[in-house]
Order: sequence, then C-alpha cells, then structure tokens
Amino acid sequence: MYDIIIIGAGVSGAAAARELSRYQAKICVLEKEEDVCCGTSKANSAIVHAGYDAAAGSLKAKLNVRGNELMGRLSEELDFPFQRIGSLVLCFQEADLPKLQALYQRGIENGVPKLRILDREETLRLEPNLSEDTFASLYAPTAGIVCPFELNLALAENAYANGTKFQFHTEVQSIERLEKGYLLHTSRGELRTRYVVNAAGLYGDEIHNMVSQKKLKLTARRGEYCLLDKTAGTHVRRTIFPLPDKMGKGILVTPTVHGNLLLGPTAVNTEDKEGVNTTLEGLALVSERAARSVKNLPVRQVITSFAGLRAHEEGDDFIIEEVSDAKGFFDCIGIESPGIASCPAIGERVAALLQKEMDLKKKDHFISARKGRLNPNALSFAERNALIRKQPAYGNIICRCEMISEGEILEAVRRPLGAKSLDGVKRRTRSGMGRCQGGFCSPKVMEILAREQQTGLQEITKSGGSSKLLAGTNKDAF
Amino acid sequence: MKNYDIVIIGGGPAGLAAAISARESKIESILILERDRELGGILNQCIHNGFGLHTFQEELTGPEYADRFICQVEEKNIAYKLNTIVLDITSEKVITAMNREEGLFQTQAKAVILAMGCRERPRGALNIPGYRPAGIYSAGTAQRLVNMEGCLPGREVVILGSGDIGLIMARRLTLEGAKVQAVAELMPYSGGLKRNIVQCLNDYDIPLKLSHTVIDIQGKKRVEGVTLAAVDAQGKPIPGTEEHYACDTLLLSVGLIPENELSRGMGVELNSVTSGPKVDESLETSLEGVFACGNVLHVHDLVDFVSAESAAAGRNAAAYVKGELPGRASVKKLFLRHGEGVRYTVPETICPERMDEELTVRFRVSRVYQSCYISAYFDHERIRHKKRQIMAPGEMEDIKLTKEELLKYPDRKQITIMIEEG
Ligand SMILES: Cc1cc2nc3c(=O)[nH]c(=O)nc-3n(C[C@H](O)[C@H](O)[C@H](O)COP(=O)(O)OP(=O)(O)OC[C@H]3O[C@@H](n4cnc5c(N)ncnc54)[C@H](O)[C@@H]3O)c2cc1C
Ligand SMILES: Cc1cc2nc3c(=O)[nH]c(=O)nc-3n(C[C@H](O)[C@H](O)[C@H](O)COP(=O)(O)OP(=O)(O)OC[C@H]3O[C@@H](n4cnc5c(N)ncnc54)[C@H](O)[C@@H]3O)c2cc1C
Repeated sequence: MYDIIIIGAGVSGAAAARELSRYQAKICVLEKEEDVCCGTSKANSAIVHAGYDAAAGSLKAKLNVRGNELMGRLSEELDFPFQRIGSLVLCFQEADLPKLQALYQRGIENGVPKLRILDREETLRLEPNLSEDTFASLYAPTAGIVCPFELNLALAENAYANGTKFQFHTEVQSIERLEKGYLLHTSRGELRTRYVVNAAGLYGDEIHNMVSQKKLKLTARRGEYCLLDKTAGTHVRRTIFPLPDKMGKGILVTPTVHGNLLLGPTAVNTEDKEGVNTTLEGLALVSERAARSVKNLPVRQVITSFAGLRAHEEGDDFIIEEVSDAKGFFDCIGIESPGIASCPAIGERVAALLQKEMDLKKKDHFISARKGRLNPNALSFAERNALIRKQPAYGNIICRCEMISEGEILEAVRRPLGAKSLDGVKRRTRSGMGRCQGGFCSPKVMEILAREQQTGLQEITKSGGSSKLLAGTNKDAF
Repeated sequence: MKNYDIVIIGGGPAGLAAAISARESKIESILILERDRELGGILNQCIHNGFGLHTFQEELTGPEYADRFICQVEEKNIAYKLNTIVLDITSEKVITAMNREEGLFQTQAKAVILAMGCRERPRGALNIPGYRPAGIYSAGTAQRLVNMEGCLPGREVVILGSGDIGLIMARRLTLEGAKVQAVAELMPYSGGLKRNIVQCLNDYDIPLKLSHTVIDIQGKKRVEGVTLAAVDAQGKPIPGTEEHYACDTLLLSVGLIPENELSRGMGVELNSVTSGPKVDESLETSLEGVFACGNVLHVHDLVDFVSAESAAAGRNAAAYVKGELPGRASVKKLFLRHGEGVRYTVPETICPERMDEELTVRFRVSRVYQSCYISAYFDHERIRHKKRQIMAPGEMEDIKLTKEELLKYPDRKQITIMIEEG
C-alpha cells in the first residue's frame, strides 16, 4: 500500500515526485516505458520561456513565470545544464508592431521581469544573423535553455535518493476506486494507494477518464525539428521566435545547451498518440520558416530530425487539481508548452495540494542536492590523468564525435535509475548524439550494455521492449 | 613531452603506407597513433576480396591487404600506439592524445601526417522522414556488426544508396541469410564501382532502383517497412510513384565524409567539395609541415590509390623534416582549375620545383560520361587529351603531369582539367 502513486515519469511526474519526497510518505512512480523521460519530455524545444506567452491569469502564465524564477537555483542544486541566454520575438513589419506590444503588455501583467522592445538596430546588434526584414523585437533576457533529459533525470534521481520508488515497464491499465484510496491494475500486477497523481502526459485524459464522469480529451499536436551540427551552434546566441499564431509559438531557432542549433517545431494535430514520425512536409516547413527569421542558416549541416507530441487540452491551460468527482485523485495534465519551463513550479503546486489534503509532515533529512555525472572534459589535464590512473575506462573514448569515454557510459549504466538501452545511454551521456549519429559507437555501447547486464548482444534494445537492435547471428537461418 | 620527427594520425592503409615510405626515406623517429584496437583501419571489416589488384596484381581481402603493410611496419620497427585517440593538434604541431595506460599525453612533431580516414553520412544528413526505430544502420556499422561481431542486424533489408559499402553489404547480408529486397539510389547512376554492381547485385538478383529514394520509415520500436518513391531530375519525390516494402532493416550507404575535426581545430584550410584539406603537389596542407593522405584528404574507392598517395605524403614529409623540400614562399606556384565536368582536383596547386618527375592529379567527374576525353590545358595550350570509354562519379580518375613540361614555360600560371566531348 502506497501513500501516493504518481503515474508517469516525465518532467511533471518527476518534479512532483521530487517535491513530494520532502515529506514523510511512501511514494511510487509508475512508468510504462523502460526509463524516465521517454514521452513528451524527451522531444521538445527545451526552452525555459520567460512567461509572456500564456494568457494573463492562466495557470500556464503563473507556473511559467514561477518555474523560470526557480530554474536557476534548481539547476545548481540538482546539477543539470541550464543557461539563461535570453529570447527574441521578431516582428517583420511595422503593421505587426501592435502584436509585439500586446505580447509585451501580457508579459508585464504576468510578471515577467526585464522585458524590452528593441528596434531594428538594437536587435541586429544583439543578433547579426537575423533576417534583413527584422523590424523590431521583444527581448526577454530571463528566458533560457535546459537539457530536458538531464532535468528530468535529475528530478527523478533526487526523488529516488529521498526514498521514492520507481517502477518501469509498468502501464496503468485500469483503476478501481476503493473505500479508501485506489486499486491500480497495471501490466505488472495490482497496486494499492491512498492518493494518485496523474502525470501521464498524452494519456492523462485516459487515466482521468478511468475515475471521473467528467470526461476529458487530450489532442496530440505534433512538432517536428531539425538539429544542426555544432559547427552551426553559434549562428544565433539567443532563442529566436517569430510572432506567435493560434497554433503556438511558431518555428524557432535556438542554440541548445550542448552547442547545436535547433530548428522547429511545426504544429499539426494527429490522431496517433505515438505518432512521433517526421514528415516530408513538416521538415520542409521547418527549414523554410526558420530561414525567414535567420539568414544564411546552414541547413545542410542537419545531423538529425525528430518530432514530439504536445498534450493539448481544449481549455488551453494546465489542469493541476483534485478531480472533482474522485477524491484523492489529482490530475496534472494538459501540460503542453511551457511544461519544461514550469516543471519546478508544477512540482511545487502538486506537492502543496497533496500536503494540504494529506496533512503531510516534512522529513528530517531531505537531501536537496544531487550530483550529476562526472564530466572528464571539465577537468584539468592533471585531474583527468589522475582519474584515468584510478579508472582506466575514462581513458577509452567510445563516442568519437562527442568524446564520451567508457567511464562515463559505465557511470550512466550503474547509477540508480541507470540506463538500460542505447537510447538511455544516449540521453544521459550524449554518446551517439553527435555528427555520426552512433555509427561508430553503437556497436561498442551495445557491448558495454551486454557486459553490464550480463546478457548477450542479441538482447540489447534501442529503447526497451521490442526495439531489439539485432535480428540474430550470421547464417542462423540456414 | 616526447619529440618525434613525424607523427602520423591514424593507422589505416594511409597512415601505414605513409609511415613505411617515410622510414624508407631515412626518417628514424616516427610514431603512428591509432584509436582502434588494431592497425589496418576500415580494411579490418572489409573481409571481401578485390583489394590490391593494382599494388600487388592479386586479389586480396581487406585484412590481407592491410597485413602486408602492417608486417612492413613491424619489420621496420616503426613505433605505434593502439587504443590511442588523438584529441587535439595545435598549429605548432603539439599533439594531445589519450589512452587507458598513459592517460592524456602530449608529443611534439616536426611534421604531422593526417590519415584519419572518413565516417559515414548518417540518416539525419538526408533528413529522411518517418519514425526513428531500431533497425536503421549505416552500411559500415552493419558491416562491422556482421564481419567483426558475427551479428545479423536484420532479416528483411532495404538499402538506400548504392555506394560501394552498400553494394558489398547487399551481398554479405544475402550470404549470411538475410533477404535484401532492393537497393535504392537517388541519382540516375550508381555511386559505386561497376564491378561491385555486377558482383554484388546482379549476381544475386537484387534490384537496383535508380532515381529512387526513401520517403518514409514505418515502425515505432523496430523498422516495419519503408516507402520508396521515384524522384525527378531535381531529386524531388514524384507523387504517385510510392512503393511500400515490408522490412525490418534499412541500411544507409549515402556517402562518406572525411574526418577533419582535428584538421579544422589546428587551422588547416578545407576544400568545400571534398571536405578534405586543401593540398599542394607535396600533399602539404595550408599549414607548413602538415601533410594529408587517404580518405581524410578525399574519399577513395580503391585502397591501392590510397597507398600510392600516402607513400608520396610520407616521402614528402621526410623531405620536409630533412630540410630538402624547398619552402613554398620561395618557388613558383601554379593553380589547378577544375573545368567542365570535373568536381575537384587533388592537389589544388602545384609548385613545379617541389614536385617529383611525375605527379598524379586525382579527381572525380560530375556525371556519367561516355566516349569522352580528359583534357589538361596549360594556360591555353592543351597538353593532355586522353580518351575514356566511360567515366562515372563513383570511380576516381587521374591524369599525370611531368615536372619537365611544367617547368618549360615559366610564364604560364594555370592548369585546367576538364572533360571534353569526342
Ligand atoms: C514540440 C514541442 C515543443 C515543446 N517546447 C517546449 C519548450 O520549449 N519549453 C517548455 O517549457 N515546454 C515545451 N514543451 C512542452 C513540454 O515538453 C511538456 O510540457 C512536458 O515535457 C510534459 O511533461 P509530462 O511529464 O507532463 O509528460 P511526458 O513527458 O509525456 O510524461 C508522461 C509519462 O507518462 C507515461 N505514461 C503514460 N501513460 C501511462 C500509463 N498508463 N501508465 C504508466 N505510465 C504512463 C509516459 O510513458 C510518459 O513517460 C514542448 C512540447 C512539444 C511537443
Ligand atoms: C566499407 C568499405 C569498403 C571498401 N571496399 C573496398 C574494396 O573492395 N576494394 C578497395 O580497393 N577499396 C575499398 N575501400 C576503400 C579503401 O579501403 C579505403 O579507401 C581505405 O581504407 C582508406 O584508408 P585510410 O587509411 O585513409 O582510412 P581508414 O582505413 O579509415 O583509416 C583511418 C584510421 O585512422 C584512425 N583515426 C581516425 N581519427 C583518429 C584519431 N583522432 N586518433 C587516432 N586514430 C584516428 C581510424 O581509427 C582508422 O583506423 C573500401 C572502403 C570502405 C569504407
């Protein structure tokens, strides 16, 4: 019997778990995939928005501004990459100036600090590679970028360090209401809990509808991206947006925390909640629109493309509340953008709601800090040599593009909530994320995984489940 | 910090041949740095035969060909370090490398030979739409899995790109028990050697679909199928020509990119067509005393030419160390221009005073040519006119120039290589 079960180990579930782990309670996070950060949290723009986009008074606006404010300290506490690089919304003609001003006004109402409208010259001085058509811009110096994988992982690892259980490959299939609490039927058996937090991302509606008569519907809205090589990474220094439209914030151009350049996303509704495929039209639109904002974009330097799905709810706002006809059951859904930016505040809010409801008491020894994995590239020559002498695996480079050593991969596999698959290693270490996209390193990473898991190469997967990388051995068909 | 006369980055066929010829040119202090667990480079995974026809007049497998060079390196006591990756080279030729035993260390070289080879272009570089499941491999990665680990990456395979590795893998996978359904090629001609099309596709009834590409990949966890479509002259898919293939694997053989991160880092100028360093007749890059050869310079299809080119680089580096290579500033420089039908030339400049009696200029043509001539003009005078029955971008061409003829006209400035119709 748990006190609280959290469904979903994306940033929302992980942030809720981390904040709730401050209290004396028996908590478990259930995740249907093999790892944290396998849903929307792994494929997005990773922008910590300043907070001028959402309608004044909305939960999105409130939590975005609060999340942005918290992100700096959180990144130090939990040791994940976050850079406050600032963002610019561009306006290309005088006629659109009122729209820019409206955005500015909304930002002021939402409480976004340091917003400024810049004229053409000021804008181009900040970003010389912007389009010649640039007329003015809204500058938000508090906007930033994070590594979404590391953010998600850091929150989860810290919750784990504070006693939260994580159960992977565990899909919640139906929920029964009990006298006191809930019985969850999962792909791995039944689990009882007094309280439930529904942070199931795109499936949040289905989970909600299992317990409530007030049915909800989430629509998957696909966003496609192109990622460019690091040689293009400084083409712009800030996140560059066009003016937003009714489908969203438009196609942006931004550096990533790892020094690549990211272009996207598109915004197209799809029926398929697993429909993270890219399309010819989508990718073409990304290049075309990105080039409207930024000139001389080296689009030939693309190293990969990908897509993510927003969990869009009709009310166009986050839903974080106790379900009115299901006592003790809390929704944390409709978390589309700015869910990454807001997650520190989402965690805070979920924890506050449950604390009040359950009258939770603080733990005496909450561990607030988490140390990220060792980064040998940040060490001095002498320090690195000392490390290699102690652990020679740090002297063996596995991923040649990103210069990731065997030592780093081993740490990613061996840590609590460690990597189990090629993608798990990739999200943690960046091995395979560079310009050759795993051509050199995947066979070697597969070998390391097989060795660590004491299994054969044939068992290694790309992302758990049926995503086996190999089909058999030579001539086994004869 | 240890000092060497010549440090060679990469112990593939290029690095090995360069080391051997530098030693034959009486350089004692040579070091080869190789990041893999053995010498031989990409040849170690090329277990098919067809190597060495030019160099040894026999058909060897890749490992056999490499072994002939490795034996010479051993006999000549040339120093090498394995499992050692070069992380950085400064313009002053200080090399930072790393391995498990020594950790990070630095060496100072008088001359550096860049021989890092190339890597494969990934799916992303083509922006192929669709899902991103398990079962998408570059052909070279699949080659490593099959030939070195004994693993079969898939059972029902479609190959995109008709580069040599893709063609070779079509045959290999068939022999290992997989079914290769088709090889699709974007261009109206194959990017590989003619002999590979005959021996790897035709002999096994594997269809080659020219002017086709992959426009969608299906399967959320593992590849379940791909959609091919015909493309127009601009390479754009033609609606209505889509064909679906049920398969569990997509191999990509869509080009090789010289690995020049180190070269770029040290400030070597690169050629935008080859993605390799700009070099002169001595295979010396824009940095004095830094030479380049093999696939890092431009992608080769025949290892024999890699060996020949690299032997020259080794000789020239030796001459440089011994002070026998005249400084570039002191001698006349001719420019090589690539004219009609020629995509690039290696080298790009020639100092006749520094060259051997004969110089091989290598290049690729930009499309398929039949019954045409390779011509060389020295300013306005045509000095070569060589008939070729057939030329294709997949097969490297060459033309030889002599020192004597280039020295004959001191006023002339430019050599143009071009393709001329009959
Ligand atoms: C294209 C795009 C761009 C975006 N850009 C930004 C941005 O720049 N800045 C920003 O702040 N936000 C951005 N977002 C939004 C942000 O990515 C999301 O708000 C955030 O990732 C949502 O996190 P989550 O934890 O709610 O959902 P998810 O990450 O999807 O996590 C939900 C988890 O629940 C699991 N689950 C589902 N059903 C079950 C079940 N039945 N049983 C067990 N587990 C289950 C899933 O497997 C999944 O792991 C973007 C989103 C998209 C799609
Ligand atoms: C798959 C394939 C099939 C082929 N088939 C044929 C054929 O049938 N017949 C034929 O004649 N030719 C064939 N070739 C062509 C020929 O084999 C290659 O052109 C030749 O191997 C290139 O030699 P290289 O030394 O330049 O590069 P490579 O063989 O790639 O060697 C480069 C070496 O440098 C090392 N290196 C790179 N960076 C670093 C660093 N930072 N630190 C330390 N070491 C480093 C690499 O590990 C590698 O060992 C084939 C090539 C390939 C790729």
